[in-house]
Amino acid sequence: MALNLDAKIPSGPVEQKWQKAKFEMKLVNPANKRKYTVIVVGSGLAGGAAAASLGELGYNVKCFCFQDSPRRAHSIAAQGGINAAKNYQNDGDSVYRLFYDTVKGGDFRAREANVYRLAEVSVDIIDQCVAQGVPFAREYGGVLANRSFGGAQVSRTFYARGQTGQQLLLGCYQALERQVDAGRVKMFYRHEMLDLVVVDGRARGIITRDMVTGAIDCHVADAVCLATGGYGNVFYLSTNAKGSNATAIWRAYKKGAGFANPCFTQIHPTCIPQSGDYQSKLTLMSESLRNDGRIWVPKTKNDTRDPNTITEGERDYYLERRYPAFGNLCPRDIASRAAKVACDEGYGVGPGGRGVYLDFSESIGRLGQNTIAERYGNLFEIYERITGEDPYKTPMRIYPAVHYTMGGLWVDYNLQSTIPGLFVLGEANFSDHGANRLGASALMQGLADGYFVIPYTMGNYLAGVKPGGVDETHGEFRGAREEVEQRTKKLLSIKGKKTVDDLHRELGKVMWEDCGMGRTAQGLEHALERIPEIREEFWKNVNVPGSGTELNQSLERAGRVADFLELG
Amino acid sequence: MKIILNIWRQRDAKSAGKMVRYEVPNASEHMSFLEMLDVLNEELTRKGEDPVTFEHDCREGICGCCGFMIDGVPHGPQRGTTVCQLHMRHYKDGDELWLEPFRAKAFPVLKDLMVDRSAFDRVIAAGGFISVNTGSAPDGNALPVVKKCSDMAMDAAACIGCGACVASCPNASASLFVSAKISHLGLLPQGQAERDRRAMRMVMKMTEEGFGYCTNTGECEAVCPKGIKIENIARMHRDYLKSAFTYREESQAGGAG
Amino acid sequence: MSSIAINGGANRTAAFYESVVGKKAVMAATGFVLCGFVLGHMAGNLQVYQGEAKLNHYAALLQGLGGGLWAIRGVLLLCAVLHGWTAFQLWRLKNDARPQPYVKKASIATTYAARTMLWSGPIIGAFLVYHILHFTTGGAHPDFRAGEVYRNVVTGFRNPAASVFYIIANILLAIHLYHGVWSMFQSLGVNHPQYTPKLKLLAKAYAWVVGLGNVSIPIAVLTGVVGASVK
Repeated sequence: MALNLDAKIPSGPVEQKWQKAKFEMKLVNPANKRKYTVIVVGSGLAGGAAAASLGELGYNVKCFCFQDSPRRAHSIAAQGGINAAKNYQNDGDSVYRLFYDTVKGGDFRAREANVYRLAEVSVDIIDQCVAQGVPFAREYGGVLANRSFGGAQVSRTFYARGQTGQQLLLGCYQALERQVDAGRVKMFYRHEMLDLVVVDGRARGIITRDMVTGAIDCHVADAVCLATGGYGNVFYLSTNAKGSNATAIWRAYKKGAGFANPCFTQIHPTCIPQSGDYQSKLTLMSESLRNDGRIWVPKTKNDTRDPNTITEGERDYYLERRYPAFGNLCPRDIASRAAKVACDEGYGVGPGGRGVYLDFSESIGRLGQNTIAERYGNLFEIYERITGEDPYKTPMRIYPAVHYTMGGLWVDYNLQSTIPGLFVLGEANFSDHGANRLGASALMQGLADGYFVIPYTMGNYLAGVKPGGVDETHGEFRGAREEVEQRTKKLLSIKGKKTVDDLHRELGKVMWEDCGMGRTAQGLEHALERIPEIREEFWKNVNVPGSGTELNQSLERAGRVADFLELG
Repeated sequence: MKIILNIWRQRDAKSAGKMVRYEVPNASEHMSFLEMLDVLNEELTRKGEDPVTFEHDCREGICGCCGFMIDGVPHGPQRGTTVCQLHMRHYKDGDELWLEPFRAKAFPVLKDLMVDRSAFDRVIAAGGFISVNTGSAPDGNALPVVKKCSDMAMDAAACIGCGACVASCPNASASLFVSAKISHLGLLPQGQAERDRRAMRMVMKMTEEGFGYCTNTGECEAVCPKGIKIENIARMHRDYLKSAFTYREESQAGGAG
Repeated sequence: MSSIAINGGANRTAAFYESVVGKKAVMAATGFVLCGFVLGHMAGNLQVYQGEAKLNHYAALLQGLGGGLWAIRGVLLLCAVLHGWTAFQLWRLKNDARPQPYVKKASIATTYAARTMLWSGPIIGAFLVYHILHFTTGGAHPDFRAGEVYRNVVTGFRNPAASVFYIIANILLAIHLYHGVWSMFQSLGVNHPQYTPKLKLLAKAYAWVVGLGNVSIPIAVLTGVVGASVK
């Protein structure tokens, strides 16, 4: 199928594109807005912001989330902060610099026009969030505080303790609930989107499963926004939430939406390593730890001694050795790859040899325990809670983990996918981060898409179409619904020997070994062979207990893993 | 190590439930509590039994999805910790534990250990926000905020909405949750315009949803995984009482036609 | 749309009382008045240690207030009734709010006093009725003599059963106050990290003083420290 990949980037210099585009966009008459129904799938920063903003404009919005409340979306777990080109610090930041850094950080593979717009609206995001009551960190004078993040030369990151994602999401959630109260947004909790419905070449609705009653329903709209996050859980273990899944974007892909850069996965170097096969997820710790910690492995293979008894001479500070200029602060991808190489060669530490030491003893000696506690106290606490080890006394063990997916559904400048009427926001799209996302830019992109881009581009699209005209008795809806029901029935009828998690773990292992860091032709070919085998086994031998007409978490997982197996 | 679990099993909201005894013979001390339940569920699935339903998502203590009672305490014995962050090393071989869903009229049980907490969303929708449409905000630094107020607002805003406060309260009161939001927004200058209306409407909604009242036992504060203080409840009472005397409904006169 | 409507006038008062916070404010405000009474009442009664003349003179002084006395009694009665009625409603709400109890529930912060407020309250209420019949109207006193307060107290407390009931009720009252006094400040919105710990200490001291003061009288009578002159 030939995809039309016209990005519809406005002409003119990059600085003027967004202004020009906004002016040229068609508008919907205020009195007509309520006649248009827009579906928003996902209630994180991108989806929540979009649903709230579209509701404020007067559209009739239906917002869906699979959790029990929009406030649970995984945007909540972001710790570090959000970038904005405010230049409050007078340290030389500007929209152009944020744009430049983002494009450069993405290895020049991001779409520049989108990135410039992102940098441009970043300043409005901060204003909006402050007005909503997001308690950003402040200086004693009462003005907003900033910090430098992820190696940036300027201090442009705004933060709310280590819970920036949570606070931004709550701001967005509150705005959304305000629209729910005003009757502009109807919220569907515990609903999972299982298919997209395309009528006459336009996205016209979705099929959902009510996760409590099991009811499969059709929802008709004039446009659909997907803001369903990334697909990192295809690796089984990642820092994503357990529920994070790719079903929405994968179903859209199957209906003809282009998928771009699926290979661009960000792997974060400082996560707490896996402790056993039962491990269900990985926990990220801020990268800032590398500012004061030194990374090493023992010089002898399979060394299981207590790290404190391993002498200086027996340690290999491999990052400092190999990259003397950057040392422990080398970029994320390099640090991650080097750790995996060390472990693959047998130098790894901890359970299964899947870890390297991150040692603070030298900086504790130099700065004192109090200074280290001030800087990293809460991170040390998280580490101790999970591992039961005290990082003030024993070196931390860290290992890289899948963290963010830059790839996603292809979108044009208006965030519209290759299917007219299907818009894709936030991590679910591919456009703004190129091959690598900078720290504190994910929150910025989600909110930019939701608050400041989609309200314009959605209007432009809707102004060109007539509202309504299709209902759920349409053949496409009936067909899609039947397909979903068949699929559910099929999943429940197999009743094989393996659990959903068994097969997901197998897929994850293949993905991590062969399609993770340091991919080789041989590895990729192996994966191409193995994944169809696992897929086949899944459809023959999976055991999904229970029925489809009740709350069934195994069924929910099975549907998601079936899609991961196709995506993988 | 071996762990014995007595788990509340309930098919759906309408069915009656009961305690069922299970054994997890091979729990590891490094497992999180939920991973231990995953192991049990894998085992039940293999045996063709219905696995135990419990809510969870981020598994790093921030989303607020998880939470049930372990031996009568929400999120279990470790203070300041959600159940997803609780690890099995706090238990010993042979321990017998009782797991129950959060219980309150406003939190009906959906299945097993999972409850419906949408009442919280409705309380927020009643007034837990600052009315500012996208695009209408002044510059972020236009309004300085006293650092102490900002920090206190952040303390209150740290609430993850898990519902442990309601579950532990002898009266199933949502006061800690509601007051945390009233405090978060009421402590900031941005939140002043709607302060009266917010307190009034949120308290009314909380009552309407069937939550109980606060008897100042401090049980909620003790189990809150985010350390939200009952000082906030006093602030809510203060705001509500003030608003009860001073609040005026919006003028019906309408704007310029 | 939200169903919340806030009206003016009588509806407004009803709406205030309707809310869980409003009810608690009523509990706290009436509790505050009753606390003041309890302290004053005890201070007055401790004059029993200063002899018959002193106590009877104090009683006559109160009687001499005439209409004022009835006004005070009216306010106190109103507070007691409101306090009791609201407590009854709250008790019903408590049961409504958690229709299905826990199989296993642990308390990790609730004090004994806080846990037993709903029990100590009604018992104190019943005691109050008895107390009025016993010493004010005399209906429950086998040898009541109007105006001879000192004598009535001594002869009343010489009955060990009556004294034991008094002692138990006053211990309960002290326990009730132990939680109630601090709690009423919290319910009315007074909480500050600097002052609240002190306020809690004060509440405890208050409960001890009232408890010890009131319990001491029947014990003093039974041991003959007070009232040896009364035949």
